Amino acid sequence: MYRTPRLFLFAAPLAAVPGRAVAAGMPQLNFHDPLLIGQVVWGAVIFGGFYLALSRFALPRVERVLTNRRTRIQNDLDVARKAKAEADRASAELLSVRHEAAEQARAHVERIQSEARANAEAHAAETAKRLETEIANAETRITQSREQALSSLSEIATSTTQDLVSRLIGTQDEQTVASAVKRVSA
Amino acid sequence: MTGEASVAAGSTIDALGQFELHPVLGHLGEALRFSQSPLFMLIAAAVVLVFLYVGMRPAAVVPGRLQAAAEISYDFVHDLAVSTIGENGATFFPFVFAIFFFILAGNYLGLLPFSFTYTSHIAVTFGLAIMVFIISILASIRFQGVGFLKHFLPAGTPVWLAPLLVPIELISFLSRPVSLSIRLFANMVAGHVLLEVFAGFTIMLAGLGAFGHVLAIAPIAINIALTALELLVGVLQAYVFAILTCIYLREAVAH
Repeated sequence: MYRTPRLFLFAAPLAAVPGRAVAAGMPQLNFHDPLLIGQVVWGAVIFGGFYLALSRFALPRVERVLTNRRTRIQNDLDVARKAKAEADRASAELLSVRHEAAEQARAHVERIQSEARANAEAHAAETAKRLETEIANAETRITQSREQALSSLSEIATSTTQDLVSRLIGTQDEQTVASAVKRVSA
Repeated sequence: MTGEASVAAGSTIDALGQFELHPVLGHLGEALRFSQSPLFMLIAAAVVLVFLYVGMRPAAVVPGRLQAAAEISYDFVHDLAVSTIGENGATFFPFVFAIFFFILAGNYLGLLPFSFTYTSHIAVTFGLAIMVFIISILASIRFQGVGFLKHFLPAGTPVWLAPLLVPIELISFLSRPVSLSIRLFANMVAGHVLLEVFAGFTIMLAGLGAFGHVLAIAPIAINIALTALELLVGVLQAYVFAILTCIYLREAVAH
């Protein structure tokens, strides 16, 4: 059931192109064929047109896009580099300003500290001086009181001794008692 | 490979029929000698130009896939031209680009079923090679004047060797377009003949019944592998053609 159509198929090209199967030689070398030379002439025309279309329109278009990209990337890189330099400069500036401020603050703190120290020292010295004068005052007062006490002591001792003597012996000699007390207390 | 279905006629395989030229567009095509070969040249040129046009239409700074592909093709050929030819490479870059993509598109379009491979015609490849040859001679005269002829006697050779060396150098110079064209032509023909032969095996085996159906898998598998190989050969031959063009041009512009 397969035979008939297949046989027909095989026979069809034989009938359609008689003698082709036995035709010797390559069609490419059949230089009598006007189509063979025709394709060379057509080929020259088509290749020429192809070359012109490529060199005038197609390839410059690609070139433009590639150049655009290159310049754009270059520009972007330049912009980025410039921005980086600017940022670096700003950051350096910030650092130096911060450093300066820290220096100032330290100097300020030191000044205040030394001021406070000087104040405290002055205060302490003043207090010491006041205390010294007070101590001196007190000492003079003590000395005065003692002298006073010592000076009234001979009086008290004399009067006490007179009283004692008058009680003991019923009589007294003021001069004698006074000189005796003076002798004892000296 | 035009009409793989009509390949196997009985027990013979017509591997060369795919290279035959037929007029397209009826009588007009016949009158203009316009066969499927120029038709596919037009398609190839259009495909490349549309690829570049559509790919570069966004013109984005960050390219999409198609734009990246277009830019990579540009950069690839540009680097090839500039690194091989030297400082004048940029002048010849559009020419090298046209050569490379004309051949590459022709090779790859030819791998599509029912298409035609114009790079499998010696007339076409020889035409391209002669064009490269003439342009390199013109570039030699332009950049070096008539003095480029002294290259036929390598510097430092004794004068008495000149009668021997000059013809050798001349022959090697003149054989450039021949080797350039035959390399591409032979590679493309061989690949397409192989594809056609194995496709023919598949059809012949299928005619043997159920057993043949199983066996027919083998040539199909081989054809898949061959197609992969042809994808490699297609880009490789285009690259070889382009880099040899660059080398000839470098000699032309070198002082």
